[in-house]
Amino acid sequence: MSPTLMPTSIQPSRDPAAQYVLRLADTCLILGQRLGEWCGHAPVLEEDIALTNTALDLIGQARALLTRAGEIGAQKGAPLLDEDQLAFLREERDYLNVTLVELPRGDFAFTVVRNAMVATFLKLVWQRLAESSDAELAAIAGKAVKEARYHQQHAGDWVVRLGDGTAESRQRVEAALDSLWRYTPELLEDDAVDEYAGASGLGPRWSELRAPWLAEMAVLLDEAGLAVPKDSAFRSTGKRGVHSEHMGHILTEMQYLQRAYPGGTW
Amino acid sequence: MNTVAPDPHAARIAQVWAVLADVLDPEVPALSVCDLGIVRDVLPQGDALDCALEIVLTPTYSGCPATELIERNVLEAIDAAGLGPAKARLQRAPAWTTDWISEDGRRKLREYGIAPPCTLAAGDAVPMRFISRRLATQEAIACPRCASTHTTQLSAYGSTACKSLYRCLACQEPFEYFKPI
Repeated sequence: MSPTLMPTSIQPSRDPAAQYVLRLADTCLILGQRLGEWCGHAPVLEEDIALTNTALDLIGQARALLTRAGEIGAQKGAPLLDEDQLAFLREERDYLNVTLVELPRGDFAFTVVRNAMVATFLKLVWQRLAESSDAELAAIAGKAVKEARYHQQHAGDWVVRLGDGTAESRQRVEAALDSLWRYTPELLEDDAVDEYAGASGLGPRWSELRAPWLAEMAVLLDEAGLAVPKDSAFRSTGKRGVHSEHMGHILTEMQYLQRAYPGGTW
Repeated sequence: MNTVAPDPHAARIAQVWAVLADVLDPEVPALSVCDLGIVRDVLPQGDALDCALEIVLTPTYSGCPATELIERNVLEAIDAAGLGPAKARLQRAPAWTTDWISEDGRRKLREYGIAPPCTLAAGDAVPMRFISRRLATQEAIACPRCASTHTTQLSAYGSTACKSLYRCLACQEPFEYFKPI
């Protein structure tokens, strides 16, 4: 095959503002991709529709954020990259989603616990981003916060239903909570990217979301009769581009078409 | 007293609004894009009478697959009526809300068999409560067929992202509810 037919991977801007937006964009994108895997596989038709509709909202949010991240990168001197290039032509280390969302979808309990964790987090992010110094980001957030609230409600109802259900459902939801909890500190701690975003008014430092996130999760887990798991020393690092072993596999499936048929549309 | 020169574009803009009042939403074909409040403004892009018109559209959901189709249908309708040239601009802020659905739109929804959305409480005005089954709905959604409020949610999501599925416990019929957002 001629080398011109194989598009080389693109490299996103290293600017902290672009990286801040990419972290959120990729978190929406990868969770959307994971939830899409449930299409045709959910335990009941209603939840098949619910999970794929949630995926649709997340992909819509990711598209808007990727577009904005590309524009911000271009303002800082990088080549202008559009949503499709950013979604399909980056290499693994250039995806900045939190590790939590790339973990395989697991069983239904695993999926609803993760959805509740991420929706609670994103709702808090969107609420704060609605006051961003970046008008476009604020506009995206104003729309997305309403969707995240609905996702949180739906996922939370299921956490309660499973926690307060049968011995089997309770055992599964406890196991899911136990294996997912160690990935949540990544959502609630700062680094240099947050420092930039906070200082410039672009968006909240993620550590500012820690107290409200823990408070909302505590209310949910209490309602479900589940104990808040103990903190762990483990720290995941997806938002810095260092992913779990699952990331390469999800990208392989997600990028296959654009890598095999460059620029293909239908 | 101030005198205001009559807007030379007024007649054409009024015609465009009239045309758009007949462009139906592809996913809820009981409503026009105007009933839904998707069309926010029609703005002439110059002084010439035949200048381009900018049609300002606000998408309903971030991931609504109908957004691009709506944009195309709107431009085609304006073109077919000889009112072009026109172009569309997507405007995200302020975010679309079901509160923008007109009274006429709500009546049409009910007649079509979809319960119209209740008025939205601002943001987190009502704290979120998690319950294992939404049997008794706090909002008391009225059945669009028999108007009974003795209804129950069957599914949080329906045939499209903007609706959920309910059943009326009085007339036993299932119906869709346009979710307030």
